[in-house]
Amino acid sequence: MKPERPLPGRRAPVESAIVRLENVGLRYGQGNEILRDISMVLEAGSFRFLTGDSGAGKSSLLSLMYLARRPSRGRIEMFGIDATRMSHAMLPRVRRRIGVVFQDFRLLDHLTTLDNVALPLRVAGVKESEIARHVPELLHWVGLGETMKAKPPELSGGEKQRIAIARAVINRPDLLLADEPTGNVDDRIAQRLMHLFIELNRLGTTVVIATHNEPLIRRFGFPRLHLEGGGLVTLGPMEAEP
Amino acid sequence: MIRFRRRADLPFDHDATAAFLPAMIAMMVFLATLALSGALVLDNLLSRWNRDIKGTLTVQVLPAESDPSSKLTRERVEKAVRILEETPGVTQVRPLSAQELAALIEPWLGDSGLVADLPLPRLIDVTISEDSPPSLEGLAARLKKAVPGASVDDHRIWLARVVRLADGLEMLAKAVMVLVTLAAAAAVVFATRAGLSIHRQSIEILHLVGARDGYIGRQYALRALTLGGGGAAAGFALAAPVLLGLGAMAKTLEGGLLAEIGLSPAHWAILAAVPVAAALLAMASAFLTVLGTLSRML
Repeated sequence: MKPERPLPGRRAPVESAIVRLENVGLRYGQGNEILRDISMVLEAGSFRFLTGDSGAGKSSLLSLMYLARRPSRGRIEMFGIDATRMSHAMLPRVRRRIGVVFQDFRLLDHLTTLDNVALPLRVAGVKESEIARHVPELLHWVGLGETMKAKPPELSGGEKQRIAIARAVINRPDLLLADEPTGNVDDRIAQRLMHLFIELNRLGTTVVIATHNEPLIRRFGFPRLHLEGGGLVTLGPMEAEP
Repeated sequence: MIRFRRRADLPFDHDATAAFLPAMIAMMVFLATLALSGALVLDNLLSRWNRDIKGTLTVQVLPAESDPSSKLTRERVEKAVRILEETPGVTQVRPLSAQELAALIEPWLGDSGLVADLPLPRLIDVTISEDSPPSLEGLAARLKKAVPGASVDDHRIWLARVVRLADGLEMLAKAVMVLVTLAAAAAVVFATRAGLSIHRQSIEILHLVGARDGYIGRQYALRALTLGGGGAAAGFALAAPVLLGLGAMAKTLEGGLLAEIGLSPAHWAILAAVPVAAALLAMASAFLTVLGTLSRML
C-alpha cells in the first residue's frame, strides 16, 4: 500500500553540488591514510552506488559526508558550506538535511519502532500530530505496520534495517547516505526498499548507497563511485547480466 | 489515531545515577535546611540582642547604708545621671521613680506595702546612640569610681560578647550553606558527566539525526529536576521533624534572653524554598554540564 503522502514537506535544494570533496585524506590516529586524495562532486538529484572491497573505506567516506568526523586533510563542502570549518552550532542544521542508514542500524533499543522513526522529526521540533500522521504511514509502507510498538531487541535484523531506513527518510532529506541498506533483507524487501530510494530520488533527494550487492547494482544501473587502494574512481553503470 | 508516548530519547531507566543523585541531593537538602534554620534562628536572636544592646542600658545604684531619708542615695543617683548625661553617645537618661521600681518587683512580692519599705536599688534607664555607642566597660569603670554602689547592668556587657559569638556562628551556618550548595552542584555535575559517558552512543545517534545540544541538555535537565526534586523533598521531609523536635526543646528554655528562639511561619516559608532551590540547582547544573561537554563533541 503506497501512502497518499508518505513524507512531510521538504525543501528543494538550491545548490547544484550537494557534496564536494577536494583532495580529502583520512587517517585514524597515527595510522596510514585509508582515504587518499579523494576529489568528487555529487550533483543535486544524482543517484550513486558506492562500491569497493571490504575495508576499502566506504563507511569512512560516508561518515565524512554525514559529518561524524572531519578529514585529516583536504576540504569538504556540504550544501555549499565548508564542512571542515563548520561551527558546532551549525552542524545540526546541516545534519537535518542528511538521512543516514547505518550498517549497524544504530537504533535506540529502549524506544519503540514508532519512536525510533519519529526521532529526526522530534529533534527538528515537528508537531506530535504531524508525527502521528506520517510515521505510521511510512512504517506500513516498509512492512513494519505490525511491529510499531515493538522495540529493536524484539525484532529481526531485517526489521531493524527497515526501521533504520524509515528513520533516514522520514524527513525527506536532501541527501540520503545508506551503508549496505539491503544487507539483511530478502530480495523482495530489497527491491521494495530500492524503489523507495528511487522514489525519493525522483522527488529530489540525492542518494548514495554503499553496497556489495552486485545483482542489485546491475539491476538498477546507477553510476558508481568505486573505492580502491584508498582512492576514488567514478565508473558508469554496471551492465545488466544477459 | 496512534498515540505517541512522550518519553526521554535517552535510556535513563537503566542509569546507575538514578539512585545516586536523589540520595546525594536528599543529604544536601537535609544539611542545608538545618544550617539555614540555624542561621535564621541566630539572625532572629541577634537582631533582638543587638536592638537591646544598641538601644538602651540600665545603670543600677545601690541604696546607701544608714540613710533612712534616702537623701544620700538620691545624691548618688543625681551624680550618676550627671556623669551619664556628660558621656558622649548617651542620648537620654531617665531615673526610674519609686513607683516604677515597685511595679517591676510586684510580680514576685505582690501589691503590699512591704515593697515601699525595702531598700531597693535605684535604676536609671539610659538611651544610647546606635551609631556611636559609648564603651560599656569604660562607662562602668567611670561610674563605679565616681558613685559608690553604681554599676552598669553587666548582662549587657556579657550579651555583647554573646552577640559576637552568635555572629560567628551565623557566619559559620552561612558558610555551611554555601559549601553544601557547591557540593550539591558538584554531585549533579559528576552524575551528569557519568550519564553522558554511559549514553555516549545514544547521544551520537541523536546528534547524527540533527539534535542540538540544547535538545539533549533539556532531557538531562528534566531528569535532574525530577530526580533532584524527589531527593530534595525527601531531605526536607527528614529535616522538618528534626527542626520541630529542636523547636519543642527550645520552647522549654524560652524566657529572658532565649525568647523567640523557635522558627516563625516566615522562617518555615524560607526553609520550604530550600528543596525547590535544590531541584532548580540540579536542573541548571545538569543543563550547563551537558552543554559544556557536548560542545567539545563533533
